[in-house]
Amino acid sequence: MRLAFIGGIYSNYHALVATLDDIARRGVEATYFLGDLGAFGPHPNRVPELLIERGIRGIQGNYEESLSTRANDCHCGYTDPRDNHYAQISYDYTFANTSDALKDWMGTLPREIRFEAGDKRFLLVHGSPRRINEFLWRSTSPDPFLEKLCRDHDADVIVCTHTGLQWHRALASGRHVINAGVIGRPANDGQTNVWYALVSLPSCEVEFVPVHYDHQKLAAEMRAEKLPEEFVETVLTGWWTTCLEVLPAKERAAGKW
Amino acid sequence: MPSPSAPLIALDTLWFQVAGTICNIECTHCFISCSPANHSHEMLSLADVEMRLAEARELGVREYYFTGGEPFMNRDIIPILRATLRQGPATVLTNGMLLRKDVCRSLRELFDESDYSLDLRVSLDGFDAESHDAIRGKGVWDRVMVGLTNLAEAGLDPVITVTTAAEGVASGEGRKRFLEIIRGFGFAKPRLKVLSLFRIGAEETRTHAYESWERLTSLTNEEASVLQCSSCRMVTSKGVFVCPILIEEPRARMGDTLRETMRPFALEYGACHTCWVDGVTCTT
Repeated sequence: MRLAFIGGIYSNYHALVATLDDIARRGVEATYFLGDLGAFGPHPNRVPELLIERGIRGIQGNYEESLSTRANDCHCGYTDPRDNHYAQISYDYTFANTSDALKDWMGTLPREIRFEAGDKRFLLVHGSPRRINEFLWRSTSPDPFLEKLCRDHDADVIVCTHTGLQWHRALASGRHVINAGVIGRPANDGQTNVWYALVSLPSCEVEFVPVHYDHQKLAAEMRAEKLPEEFVETVLTGWWTTCLEVLPAKERAAGKW
Repeated sequence: MPSPSAPLIALDTLWFQVAGTICNIECTHCFISCSPANHSHEMLSLADVEMRLAEARELGVREYYFTGGEPFMNRDIIPILRATLRQGPATVLTNGMLLRKDVCRSLRELFDESDYSLDLRVSLDGFDAESHDAIRGKGVWDRVMVGLTNLAEAGLDPVITVTTAAEGVASGEGRKRFLEIIRGFGFAKPRLKVLSLFRIGAEETRTHAYESWERLTSLTNEEASVLQCSSCRMVTSKGVFVCPILIEEPRARMGDTLRETMRPFALEYGACHTCWVDGVTCTT
């Protein structure tokens, strides 16, 4: 049995189409999205429309929480003024271009999904089980901390996103924490592809699948929508140019900026 | 009126006063008056740290911070960091003066061999030698410049922390100027954190003490949960304290072990007022 998890989509509907095609080819039992459908990219109605059309289940991210409650900002959890500046541009564009009906639909999404599969209790969250915008980075999420999160929240497998970087930790207790990564923008590795996660059960083997899509087309549309050139550069080069200050030392050292 | 309290929601951040109150300089704004002669809190040994790390593992602590005094005055600092990095991410707060080439090479090795992040925070207090040394002492700026150059050579990008004693640093223009200075040291990815000042210790003399009305009088549990004391504790040679700021307050000593400190803390100090009003967190 295999399950597919799609992290932050950030309005990248080109990558979403490519991801769903890839998942269809591989034949999986179920597909879930993990929130942050908007941000960063153009035409924010297209991603939720496609998810609704395909009947894919999923949860709210901080973006859906903010948009559905008509909040003034994305509550991404940044602390640096430059990061917040770009986050605000992104949120204001997404807010202005998301229909009211879709904002309301986002409010109907659950904040978490729980199910049992392959004898394991799954918990799907956006940031962490504690907070919708908590960042679970690989280099700052030690095993004892992850074990406690699983224990405290009655889960054998936690699947999350929010950071933009994928990783998987198999814990000594047999539990697992999986950050599915994102398909909204590249993983700050100088490659233009994006990533989603496939989980095989009962082994709980995790495969991160690279997805190539027409990133040139996305970049052209972002420019046409007058989104910041810094965002376009990330799509074209695979290196993050904004929202960098939240990165821990290890993840920051791995990127170009 | 009784003070409001902060619940301990989860012990995410564990601090170590690894160099006690012993420092190679005497900053005029130091909230615990560290100096070469201040033995109020002594250095921690590797064994001291390992004992708390074992307890922290059971409690699911997420991250570890090391401060002083000056952590690199502790001869065991590299083995202490190695032991810590086997268990979780570590951040060291330093004045940057003892970052010799060999120390930086050791830090780089630790950085590379660990799955968890090792981060360094170097303190500056001005845009130039004159303003920096006015707070930190004559000749300190020049020595920090050598330390920062060594770090850059070793390929480690520190966070530069600046207190609001550096005039104008909190403004957009001030930040920009500081980021340019950091780039000038040879760091490709300049990182900057601005810190509030606490008017206790030496800072009480440099500026002035808290007024009696600068106290928290009411705070809901939800509000208090954003304070760092709802997710941190501080280990010193004298026991476990509530946070990195209040280690000279006897009532802020909450126990001998971490477990003994897993309870709410009464926010009765002027510094608690600063934490709430300024939204302070000592973490990066």
